[in-house]
Formats: sequence, C-alpha cells, structure tokens
Amino acid sequence: MNARLRWRKFVSGFMLTMTGVCTAVSVAVLFFILGYLVYHGGASINWNFFTKLPAPVGETGGGMANAIVGSAKLLLLASLFGVPIGFLGGIYLAEFSGSSVGFVVRYAADLLNGVPSIVIGIFAYALMVLPFKHYSTFAGAFALGLMMIPITLRSTEEFLHSVPRALREGSMALGASKWRTIASVVVPAAYRGIITAILLALARVAGETAPLLFTALSNRYWSSGWNQPTASLPVMIFTYAIAPYDDWHRQAWAAGLVLLGLILVVNILARAILARGSAVPRS
Amino acid sequence: MATTTTTVPGASPAAGSRSFLSKLRDGDEIARVITLLFAASVVLITLMLVLQLWHGSALARHKFGFNFFRTSVWDPVNDEYGALPFIYGTVVTAIVGLALAVPLGIGAAIFLAELAPQKVSDMLEFFIDLLAAVPSVIYGLLGVFIVIPLMRNYVQPGLKAAFGFLPLFQGPAFGVGFLTAGVVLAIMVIPYIISVSREVLLSVPRDQREAALALGSTRWESTWKVVVPFARTGIMGSIFLALARALGETMAVTMVIGNTPTISASLFSPGYSIAAVIANEFSEATGDLYVQSLIELGLVLFLLTFILNGLARLLIVVTAQRGSGMGHV
Repeated sequence: MNARLRWRKFVSGFMLTMTGVCTAVSVAVLFFILGYLVYHGGASINWNFFTKLPAPVGETGGGMANAIVGSAKLLLLASLFGVPIGFLGGIYLAEFSGSSVGFVVRYAADLLNGVPSIVIGIFAYALMVLPFKHYSTFAGAFALGLMMIPITLRSTEEFLHSVPRALREGSMALGASKWRTIASVVVPAAYRGIITAILLALARVAGETAPLLFTALSNRYWSSGWNQPTASLPVMIFTYAIAPYDDWHRQAWAAGLVLLGLILVVNILARAILARGSAVPRS
Repeated sequence: MATTTTTVPGASPAAGSRSFLSKLRDGDEIARVITLLFAASVVLITLMLVLQLWHGSALARHKFGFNFFRTSVWDPVNDEYGALPFIYGTVVTAIVGLALAVPLGIGAAIFLAELAPQKVSDMLEFFIDLLAAVPSVIYGLLGVFIVIPLMRNYVQPGLKAAFGFLPLFQGPAFGVGFLTAGVVLAIMVIPYIISVSREVLLSVPRDQREAALALGSTRWESTWKVVVPFARTGIMGSIFLALARALGETMAVTMVIGNTPTISASLFSPGYSIAAVIANEFSEATGDLYVQSLIELGLVLFLLTFILNGLARLLIVVTAQRGSGMGHV
C-alpha cells in the first residue's frame, strides 16, 4: 500500500512538472521568435530601410519605404471602412436591437470572424478588383476592413453592455433622449474598452498577408495613387523570404522585426489602456 | 474580447411610454435606423460573401461535380482540375499540427489553471496572447530559415533512423513538406488551445477539486480524473477552434509545404494545401474554369471552417454554462 501511495505521488509530481514544462516551452517560443528577429533583423535594419525604395533585382541595398507607407495607407483606409460599421453596429446591438435581429447580426459577425483570410481575399477580389479590372489599394483595404468589422462590433457591444444601468437611468432621468444618453454618457464611459478593441483589430490585420496577395498586390515603386497596387510590409516579407537572394532575406528579417515590433507595441499599448482603470466606472 | 455572453439589452424603460413622434423629434428613431443600417450591412456583407463563393464556383461545380474531390490531376493547360492532393495536404498538415499542439497546449493550460498562482498565470497568459498576435507571415519567415534547415539536417534524419520502418518516415529529407508544415502549424495554434482551455478549466467549480482531494486523490489525480473530464467538452471546443485555424492557415503553410501537389504516405514528402494553392495561383489564373476551380476550393475551406467554428462555439458555451453558470469564456 505504501509503495502504491509513493507511486501515485511520484506520478502526480511528475505529471505536474510536465505541465510546467509544456508552459515553459510554449512561452519560450515567443521569446525565441523575438530574440531571433532582433538578432537577424536588428543587424540588417538601417536608415536606408526606412527611406529608400527597393533596389532593382540583383543589386544590394535599398529599403522598403514604399511598403511602410503602403501598409499605413492600407490600415488607414481599412479602419475608415471597418471601424464605423463595427462601432455603430455594436451600438445597435447593445442599445437598440431586439433579440432576433441581434441574433442574426451576431451570428453573421461570428461567421465573418471565422472566415479564413485567404477566402476574404477571394471575396475582395471579386468585389473590388474584377469590376475595375486592376489591383488597388482600395481593394486591399476593403479586405482588411472586412476583417476588422467583427472584432470591433463584438467588443463594442460587450463594453457597452458593461456600462452600469444606473448611468443610463441617471441621464434619462435628467430628461436626455436615448441617443443623447448613448452619445454623451454610455459611449464615453466605455471608450477605453472600445479604443482597446479597435487597436487590437488594427494589430491583427496589420500582419495579414493572404488577403492582400490578389487585392493590393505589391509594387516595387511608390504607388501612384489609391487606385493603384501598393506594396505592404507583410507581402514584402513573403516575397523576399521565398526569393533566392541573400540580400532580400536580410531585408525580410528587418521587415519582420519592424512589423512584429509594431504589432506587439500596439498590443501592449491596447492592454495598458484597458488596465489603467477599468473600462467603465464601477457603480 | 469575443465572448459569447450576451444579456438581452434592456429595452429602454421609458420607450413604451412615449409616442413615435416624440421619439422621432428626440432623434432616437433616427439614431436607431442609422445604427441598424450599419448592423444590417454586416449581415449583408456576410451573405454576399457566401453567395459570391457559391456563384463564383458554379461553372466548376457543374463541370466536375463530386469528381472534383476525387481526382488528383491539376492541369491548367488542359483545363482539368481535381482537388484531392490539396485536400489531402490540408488534412494531413492539420492532423500533424494538432497531434503536436494538443498535448502541449492542454498541458500548459492545466499548469496555468491549476498550479500557477493567479499572478504568474495572468502574466504567462499575457505572453500567450502576444504569441497569438504574431502574424502568420512571421511564422512563415522563421519556418523558412529555421525550421526547414532544422528538419532537413536533424529531425528528419533522426526520425528516419529511429522509425524508418514506418511508411510515415521514409523518403528523402527535403526539409519542406507535410511534417514541417505541421510543426509550424502546431506552433501557431498552441496559443488558441491554451487560452480557451485555461478559461474552461478555470470555470470548473472549486468544490469538484476539493471533493476529489478530500477523497484522498493526489493533486494530479484530482486534475486529470475530475477537473479535466468536467471541462472535456470545452477543451474539445478549443481543439476544434485550433483545427479551424490550422485548416485555413495560408502564409506559413505556403512558405514551408513545398507547393507540389502530391499524395504520399511519407510525411517528409513535399505537398500542397488548399489555402496555399489559392494564394499561389489565384492572381495568375487565366480562364474561367481555372479561377472557378480555385474559388470552389475557397468554398470548401469556408464550409469546413464554418462547421468547425460553429461546433467549437457550441461546445465552449455548453461547458462554461455547466461550470459556473456564467458563461465566462
């Protein structure tokens, strides 16, 4: 009996240690990725990377200025498209909707959220590229904006729900109409949470590559307009990583470091905004 | 974020007592209609997406019918398209990925939910969340320059020496292939398994653990024989979620799978996946049938992830409600 108890205790200790090992391995992956990117990317990052156009094939040097600006343009347009739909739709869900309409909208949003990004790309291609017969910044931004909608929508709804009822009632009791209550009491009370959600949505689509492959395409020069194909950091990383040139690999690492750095900073910032005081004042 | 808890929004207490006209004057009706338009556009967009995939693939669906999934010739020159190698590649890489990620992910979730002190657990969860935020093209980059050489020079020769009698581990070690794609997928889906499983485990009521411990079980026995079975359906949900991610994953797989449509028992063989073939060929596809066949692949991918995501949500909600009655997932 005693031996059996010892055995059971040994199994317990061993298995619990193993779960710790699993955790350590999983978290170590993050630091490994970060470390490797800093090690490889840090060595190849320089001023040219941020200010120069890509060098012609076969020459070394050059940078990714056009891709950095392209990514910024894509994200700007994507938020202009995705955030209003998500934000106002979220207000509808939280404040106005009955249960049946609400169910349909939530269902659609969850469905959209689960669609693989490459399929979003096909959809954006059919809607924004085929009719105009050329790839464009608009098409890429449309694809990215689509992916921002469900995240913004569901989070807005959730944070609005967490605003205490007493705040609404107080405002209504003062004679404010419902939309005035929403606009000047409920939304301001939940703004931290909503901004966090928008930042997280931005960070998520900033690294998306697949939906851009056949919408924004890529470009080795400055994009000559919103209606033209544009380079973007994720697509540049992809094309440079699978190309056979060492100098391109070096730049892919640098671009990877810049992209991941931005995404992680935005993520941490978003969480910090949320953590600095709760999303809504506790009643 | 993205929780499934929804309380029915309190219909304004005052709404019933005011006439339509006064609400219109206050702007309430206008605000309602405007926000409704935006909410409805989400539904509209989703419907359009489904319809587009359906109509966009009509030609291919009619021409090939079910044979699309049974034949393995992918020949744009002769306009013949069979999707079997891509489906095979998608399924095999996802299975390999999950086989590696599930034990690791659940192990880590058990540690975070059962053993680690609250503060440590929250901090580690923060890192796991950051890991989930790493874009797939970065995983692809690391896959190309680290995982592929590692597999070619060490892992694959090692596996061949140890298990070479199995058909799974035969053939030349290219580095690229099903196994490498599976490993990269595993790294990518682990954060999802950990986050969701941890939440589900945390929602298991405390008295379940205490009862098991009071009956004399060790810490591990109470975890493995009581807590984990209690959270079983939710953990299954997290696995389905991870599976849906793995099936739809494009960039990282495209960069390491080798992009050769082959069906081979060997995991060392280069292959191809549904998402990868769309990514590589869609922008260069000429001819209606070619494009439509690729869109039909997109439709397959969409339906697969749709079913898996639905199942996952259902399972997670069910467990969470059974656990705490609060749906804390």
